Amino acid sequence: MEQIAQHWSVAIFVVAVFGLCAFMVGLASLLGGRAWGHQKNTPFESGIVPVGSAHQRFSVKFYMVAMLFVIFDVEALFLFAWAVTVRESGWTGFVEAFIFIVVLLAGLIYLSRVGALDWAPIKRAKEIKTSS
Amino acid sequence: MSWLTPTVIDTVIAVVQAIVILLAAVVSGALLSFVERRLLGWWQDRYGPNRVGPFGSLQLAADMLKMFFKEDWIPVFADRKIFTLAPVIAMASLLLSFMIIPITPGWGVADLNVGLLFFFAMAGVNVYAVLFAGYASANKYALLGALRASAQTLSYEVFMGLSLMGVVAMAGTFNMRDIVTAQADMWNIIPQFFGFCTFLIAGVAVTHRSPFDQPEAEQELSDGYHIEYSGMKWGMFFVGEYIGVVLISALIATLFFGGWTGPWLPPIVWFLLKTGFFIMLFVLFRAALPRPRYDRVMSFGWKFCLPLTLINLLVTGAVILLNAPATS
Repeated sequence: MEQIAQHWSVAIFVVAVFGLCAFMVGLASLLGGRAWGHQKNTPFESGIVPVGSAHQRFSVKFYMVAMLFVIFDVEALFLFAWAVTVRESGWTGFVEAFIFIVVLLAGLIYLSRVGALDWAPIKRAKEIKTSS
Repeated sequence: MSWLTPTVIDTVIAVVQAIVILLAAVVSGALLSFVERRLLGWWQDRYGPNRVGPFGSLQLAADMLKMFFKEDWIPVFADRKIFTLAPVIAMASLLLSFMIIPITPGWGVADLNVGLLFFFAMAGVNVYAVLFAGYASANKYALLGALRASAQTLSYEVFMGLSLMGVVAMAGTFNMRDIVTAQADMWNIIPQFFGFCTFLIAGVAVTHRSPFDQPEAEQELSDGYHIEYSGMKWGMFFVGEYIGVVLISALIATLFFGGWTGPWLPPIVWFLLKTGFFIMLFVLFRAALPRPRYDRVMSFGWKFCLPLTLINLLVTGAVILLNAPATS
């Protein structure tokens, strides 16, 4: 019985959230005025005429962060499973989790030593420091 | 009245609760836009909005009216569908997370077994809002801001999950209601102090609040991913951010400060007091702290917070096992 009530409340909640968002987007598009201007259809770049497409190349560092995220977040998921069952899995589970976390930390230290976590290469960071 | 069975009454009560909680979340998020500006003004020796209504209290109504009647402009160079979808995701994903928060023993929308995991999932979905907004805007500032924002959010989400695992391990469940009842003897803030610190940092970073508002760094990116947004679509990003603040505050109150529990006062008052305190803390952060450099933000997350949460989890596990009666 309580289950049915809860299913209904969740369903109505989800519908209401999306309904509210649709209402806000829809009403604003109906109520808003319309204006036209010469330079209105150019992307804003602080008053400078834009050059080239906005879908340009960007720093490879962002791919790096994405890869690191996949690696560490998936491994964090294993730890989630261990965390809910700490008592059930006992010391055997603890030793396994310990080894797992040590491997993770070793990987993190390795990444930090090879400079994967530094935004700029160490050599360039030093140059910036000495020049300033 | 044969259709008015106890099941129907229960269902109607549950649905009304759900609607009330949703409206309360939206209204508190929207009101926060006024409260924050007022408080920031106060802390910075200026007035803040004080013209509309007594003490500026009707500022919110004025803002909303203005936003509804602004031109709903979708740039011709933008990707129309994704451009419209992004603010909806930004607001909906965080609002949906309010489902899992138990407000009082009798109030709450869903009593999910996977409560906390649902929040992580929604926080993950929220990254798409920023990424879609930046990509669909076809603007260089927007793209850079979106990339920065998603890289930062991803980095801080890695240890946001781990920072709460100590709490989960102590309660032995992801269910929020059970986590609150597990804190009957002692609030989690004491045994899980490091978990609290890292979750607070991660929460600030994931909601892109100052001092981690890199994606919106107005001096460098002149507003980042929502630079091409205007009117109500921009307003939805704005309200979404405040809803995020309310959500993280409510989560902190629930997970680390015993939720609705407390002496003398009724549960709802305790919950609101605790949540309100952390909302004020968020505003104080913005008033007090300068924005760090982007590379410092990233390396702080990876090199300091991530190892700290891992070790915290390990120590928590060891302490639980040492205190637990031997079962095997």
